[in-house]
Amino acid sequence: MHKFLKASTAALALAVAATGANADGHALSGDLVIFSDMSNPAPRAVMEGMVERFGEMHPDLNIELTVIDREAYKTQIRNFLTANTPDVANWYAANRMKPYVDAGLFEDISDVWEGQLSEELASTKGAMTLDGKQWGVPYTYYQWGVYYRKDIYEELGLKEPTTWDEEKANCQAILDSGRKCYTIGTKFLWTAGGWFDYLNMRTNGYDFHASLLGGNEKWDSPEVRATFANWKELLDMGAFVDNHTSYSWQESLPFIVSGEAAAILKGNFAVPPLREAGLDDSKLDFYQFPAITDGIAMAEDAPTDTFHIPSGASNKDAAKAFLKFVVSAENQTLINAGDALGQLPVNSKSSVDDDKFLLEGFEMLSSNSPGGVAQFFDRDAPAEMAKVGMEGLQEFMVKPDNLDAILARLDKAAERIYK
Amino acid sequence: MANVAVPQSEYQAPKERGWYKRNEIAVTPWLFLIPGILFFMVYVIIPIFQSFYYSTLSWDGLGEAQNVGLANYAELWDDGAFYTSLKNNFIWLALYLLAIPAGLFIALLLNQTVWGIRLYKSLFFFPFVISQVVVGLVFGWFYDPTFGLFNIALGWFGLGPINVLGDEAYVTYGIIAAGLWPQTAYCMILYLTGLNAVDPEQIEAARLDGAKRLKMLWYVVVPQLKPATFIAFVVTIIGALRSFDLISIMTNGGPFGSSRVLSFYMFEVALSEYGFRMGYGAAVAVVLFLIMLVFITYFLYSMYNEEKGR
Repeated sequence: MHKFLKASTAALALAVAATGANADGHALSGDLVIFSDMSNPAPRAVMEGMVERFGEMHPDLNIELTVIDREAYKTQIRNFLTANTPDVANWYAANRMKPYVDAGLFEDISDVWEGQLSEELASTKGAMTLDGKQWGVPYTYYQWGVYYRKDIYEELGLKEPTTWDEEKANCQAILDSGRKCYTIGTKFLWTAGGWFDYLNMRTNGYDFHASLLGGNEKWDSPEVRATFANWKELLDMGAFVDNHTSYSWQESLPFIVSGEAAAILKGNFAVPPLREAGLDDSKLDFYQFPAITDGIAMAEDAPTDTFHIPSGASNKDAAKAFLKFVVSAENQTLINAGDALGQLPVNSKSSVDDDKFLLEGFEMLSSNSPGGVAQFFDRDAPAEMAKVGMEGLQEFMVKPDNLDAILARLDKAAERIYK
Repeated sequence: MANVAVPQSEYQAPKERGWYKRNEIAVTPWLFLIPGILFFMVYVIIPIFQSFYYSTLSWDGLGEAQNVGLANYAELWDDGAFYTSLKNNFIWLALYLLAIPAGLFIALLLNQTVWGIRLYKSLFFFPFVISQVVVGLVFGWFYDPTFGLFNIALGWFGLGPINVLGDEAYVTYGIIAAGLWPQTAYCMILYLTGLNAVDPEQIEAARLDGAKRLKMLWYVVVPQLKPATFIAFVVTIIGALRSFDLISIMTNGGPFGSSRVLSFYMFEVALSEYGFRMGYGAAVAVVLFLIMLVFITYFLYSMYNEEKGR
């Protein structure tokens, strides 16, 4: 393992040094200030590793890395983009970066994308494009889906469901065995957004879903009501763990680890903590969220995490070089490997690590998601709408009978937000 | 040894004193006050008026601002989340005041000379020393519906489990209970110092007159504690109105916004992860300011009266 790492690091250094020499012809120097939200243990190690390797390639460059707690980062970014600007900062793709693009706080880096890079990163270029320009680079994306306890399914003689009826039948069997079907922690709301994304995309299809979050459909419509009716079937069965409003997603994991719940709908970032808690590949497995309405093309959530250059950055040369380094095929292979981020590389020339979940996810996104790829509830909808919406979703999960009031509230909010 | 008298003709009148020298007594206090006034203006007074101004804007804090008049207030008028926050604010105000009698009770309990009393006093004061964030975390674990002590204790009596922080009916009370823990300690320390100043002769006299227990407490001790009570009242009211950190740590305003108070709602709409509405947040802040103004006016008025009475 160690040897492999060393060898690839050396190869990488050589490769990038070669391209760097061609492109710039001069050595990078000065300070490069990076603010990062990669604060969980595995991402943090990845970020520090990247800085170290980039630093080795540019010995004259003094790199200062500041890692900020991922949740806190979301509020701090507004401050540090306007004052005390770093040269490179993490953020998210699509609608989520729109406020900063509109306010002119992110640098247009279309020149970085020119030529070869656009081909290699074709799959995520759309998510990074606003007004026909590119405003950052992706560094990772990941599939969403149902992660379940294989051993429990085997014990009960269940198979991975592909239809909604199978899904419900499985869930009933799990409930009868004294467990809950799904664990979820909705304290920070967005986890409920994942459930709505999937239920709505499976009930009404990707196009309707995108149109709803884009403000072109009514919430109080037969389509959305059908989605909630499907959700209510699960709620009436008691499929979710009790008291989920008190937990963050991390705090909801012990239920699946202990076997009190059999599955979780989550992004692939849930795999490392679950593995660490002792669920090896014989106990943990993955399936694509099953179809609900017949004939509707499957669509998936695959959120993209990104790097940007604030327009107030002082060392843009070095920042651009760093962004190119981040998306280079070799680095992508390395940082998205199963023992690093454990996610999917954005560069098509990179190789997906030989990891059960990554291979399945890559396969699913590249061949079994004809309907389209969504970013996520709170990245596709404008921030304010996402907030009101996810609060309504959480309320629905606790009090399904309030549906009429919730839908009316969402429509009222939508009227103001999208005008 | 020649003491030569200065001839009259050579007497020099004292020089005309400078402007500062002439007005020294009037001016010096103001000179000393200038830094304070400056900071108070920049960080308190001017922002108040700025908030009034911002509350008439539609502004995301980054781009162009747009003047919308009183539209933000019109929206507040039928915003359900605003009324939830307002209601919770009043619940906080009412229940937080329990810290005052509770603090008095503990202070009376600890106001005796027993071996090791200082240790007990410090232990009771301890919760005020630790950060509100830590208090919130500790109570969060305490209330945890599955693993928390609270529900285990309820289980002993065959009750529960109650999901205190996840149930909109209990959540505000649960957070206030957590807030009362450090606030009681604060009131206690105020009363402990107050009790030191109680006149023993009056106690003695009251005892001779046959006052006992509650009567003694109510008619003799409590009136002498009036300055302490006043301060305790002020800090508790202020504490209740700025109850932000506990809510942020324990529930993040949830479940579905039912534990929000005005200060938290203001933060959420203006500054949080999904907040991009400076104008609307400022409008909430103005309402909160008006509520505070009622109390501030009362405090200033009673302090003014006290000064005048001297």
